[in-house]
Amino acid sequence: MHDMTAHAAAHHAPPQGFIRKYVFSVDHKVIGIQYTALGLVSAFIGMALSWAMRIHLAWPTASIPFLGTLSPNGAPGGVPTPEYYLSLMTMHGTIMAFFLLTAAPMAGFGNFMLPIHVGAADMAFPRLNMASFWVTFVGFVLACATFFIPDGPPLSGWTAYAPLSAVGAVAGPGQGWGQNLWGLSIALFCVASLLGALNFIVTTIDLRTKGMTLSRLPLATWAWFINAWVSLLAFAVLLPTCLLLVLDRLGGTSFFIPGGLVINDKMLPHSGGSPLLFQHLFWFFGHPEVYIIILPAFGIVAHVMPTFTRKPLVGGWKVITYAMAAIGGLSFVVWGHHMFVSGMSPYMAMVFSVPTLIITIPSVIAVLVFAFSLYGANMRFTTPMLFCLGFISLFISGGIGGFFLAQPAVDSYLHATSFVVGHFHFTMGLSAVFAAFAGFYYWFPKMWGRMMNETLGKIHFWLSFVLVYCVFMTLHLMGLTGSVRRYSQFVADFMVPLTPTNRFITIAALLLGATQFIFFYNVIWSRFKGPKAADNPWQATTLEWDTTSPPPFDNFGGRQMTVYHGPMEYDGDAFVMQTSTEKSIAGT
Amino acid sequence: MSQSELTMSTGHEVLMESSPYGMEKKKLGMWIFIVSDACTFATFLFGYGYMRVGSQNWGTPFEFSSILNGIIMTFVLLSSSLSMLAAVRATQAGQKASANKWLGLTMLLGTVFAILHLREWFKMIGEGWRLFYNPLGGAAQFGACFFSVTGLHLTHVISGVIALAFIARGYNQGRYDSSHVETAGLYWHFVDLVWMFVFPLMYLMNAAR
Repeated sequence: MHDMTAHAAAHHAPPQGFIRKYVFSVDHKVIGIQYTALGLVSAFIGMALSWAMRIHLAWPTASIPFLGTLSPNGAPGGVPTPEYYLSLMTMHGTIMAFFLLTAAPMAGFGNFMLPIHVGAADMAFPRLNMASFWVTFVGFVLACATFFIPDGPPLSGWTAYAPLSAVGAVAGPGQGWGQNLWGLSIALFCVASLLGALNFIVTTIDLRTKGMTLSRLPLATWAWFINAWVSLLAFAVLLPTCLLLVLDRLGGTSFFIPGGLVINDKMLPHSGGSPLLFQHLFWFFGHPEVYIIILPAFGIVAHVMPTFTRKPLVGGWKVITYAMAAIGGLSFVVWGHHMFVSGMSPYMAMVFSVPTLIITIPSVIAVLVFAFSLYGANMRFTTPMLFCLGFISLFISGGIGGFFLAQPAVDSYLHATSFVVGHFHFTMGLSAVFAAFAGFYYWFPKMWGRMMNETLGKIHFWLSFVLVYCVFMTLHLMGLTGSVRRYSQFVADFMVPLTPTNRFITIAALLLGATQFIFFYNVIWSRFKGPKAADNPWQATTLEWDTTSPPPFDNFGGRQMTVYHGPMEYDGDAFVMQTSTEKSIAGT
Repeated sequence: MSQSELTMSTGHEVLMESSPYGMEKKKLGMWIFIVSDACTFATFLFGYGYMRVGSQNWGTPFEFSSILNGIIMTFVLLSSSLSMLAAVRATQAGQKASANKWLGLTMLLGTVFAILHLREWFKMIGEGWRLFYNPLGGAAQFGACFFSVTGLHLTHVISGVIALAFIARGYNQGRYDSSHVETAGLYWHFVDLVWMFVFPLMYLMNAAR
């Protein structure tokens, strides 16, 4: 028996005042925009770090602007030391993987769109939602703060492998307070992600409006919902892993530090710990994490594509949703494929290789659904559609590399080469970024009430698309020649002939970065000068296009939304909104 | 009343799809939290198991007095689950006095558990146990595992007592109703259930033999 007053407590009126409205807001739309903005800032910082790395790789003696000022010790005269190169790499990985790729497609677009998609006025727990953004923000500030402490950021990579990450300042610059701040930052990020996941799940289950059955959920919302479950279980493991790491560092325990370790001529007072335990715990989170990054990308593409192919996806909502659910479930049993050469039993490598190959089946099904859905489509080549096509291309190219890496025998050769770097940048990096761009161009009119410039968008797409291939396909080839990742310079004899290739990648990467300024310019220009957006500029069917652009505080202006159709009612130029009482034209 | 009649936060009546589990949002939220928290405890226990299996000189230090203390703690915590159940029943029946009595007893039992546990901790610390030191000469990991696993559980118990105090106050002031007490009860039973893993794994498996 529930009391009505209990629910009345959750009501909130439109807030007054700048701070309650735009800063500490409980409105899911503001929080979604805050997350998206955080993602853009992270993208810029992460990108700048990658430029510094690339310049150093191609011209090892070149002085890099600003770097000498940022860290006189780490980069005397602007030339990074090998240790500082690793610090740049660590922070590039941390900021990109957590604060851009995990946060933006899920917490950014998801927060803004999920309640509208299901026809609710807000998330189930608005205050928790606000807390999760601000905890993420503090985590972000702590991560960035590592640049400004004397020792600089940690150098143990975004995976923070023990014992390097666990033994403390003795292990090198940044391994003192830099690594402590990193651990704290990621622990906070875990807490925020857990709160966010809880909110997403409860909102999707409990706040659906009349007629919004599970089979009528928009596919982006399906993806966010499945992804929330994966986040819930994965971050609940990373959080205690961070705590154990901090205990090793500050509490003197030896969970991850083996006995008899001598570092810089110092015998460490630890014994009996296991670096493999850290890898198991980290990758039990880490592998689901890459699917946490890519599932919202699948969802956004599945949501955006039917609008522009003007037909439902092949297999309706079921095939793609079941594929995403299968990926989510299987993602928890494949983590050992990151550890083929870690010293784990080779038999275990065999055991993990099999589910790794099995998880390619739903992944391939999902991508083939997208590819086959292009057949017979009345395609509208808008910018979001182009980015969807780019996503399909990148995910297939990156995914093919996955077949090689999933075999323990082949992986022994390719492990820790730039083949892996190219592979994961294609699959979880750029695929997710392209899907996020698709979502951004698609939802921008709804989020800000103005259209983005299509010409600039198309230039942005084509330049990005070609340059991404120049950078990361070439990295695959470099990896095949034996080029090792995490080396700051390629001065060994066998690497010297690769210097021109390295320079090619660097130039392409710098141009790729420059291309993003077209996007930044387009965002700023369109935000203030773009043509006003209609309520439904793309002739789409889902609930977010059934309200004003941008939506009012309660999303639908007090209207009762009742849903009669699935989200993919398209047939050429004809379409039926989800809330329309007209007859179905696509049979969904 | 059924779920579909619930109002939404716009202040006007909105018809909704019924929840597949017929459960209102904060109770569902608590269940989801429990799923996630269970993973966190499982990680700690997995780490403990990994350390224990990988160790060649794992000590089993708990004498009968410690085991007896653990049994009393278990009895106290299990009883508190029973009193929590009675408190939920009483709030659902609208019996405020009875609900307060049972909520008070639950908090009391939780506090007794925490005191017994802290007494055990201080006794061990007095004997020289540390996160990184085993005074009996066995694996140093024993202290690390014991203090971190039971510490996490103890944190949950103490937060639970504090949360119950807030819930009880809100209930008495009329801000909270039986559903809030029930949701807090879910958490309390979960913490109790975790102890049913911690006690055998941490105490019984380490009884001196």
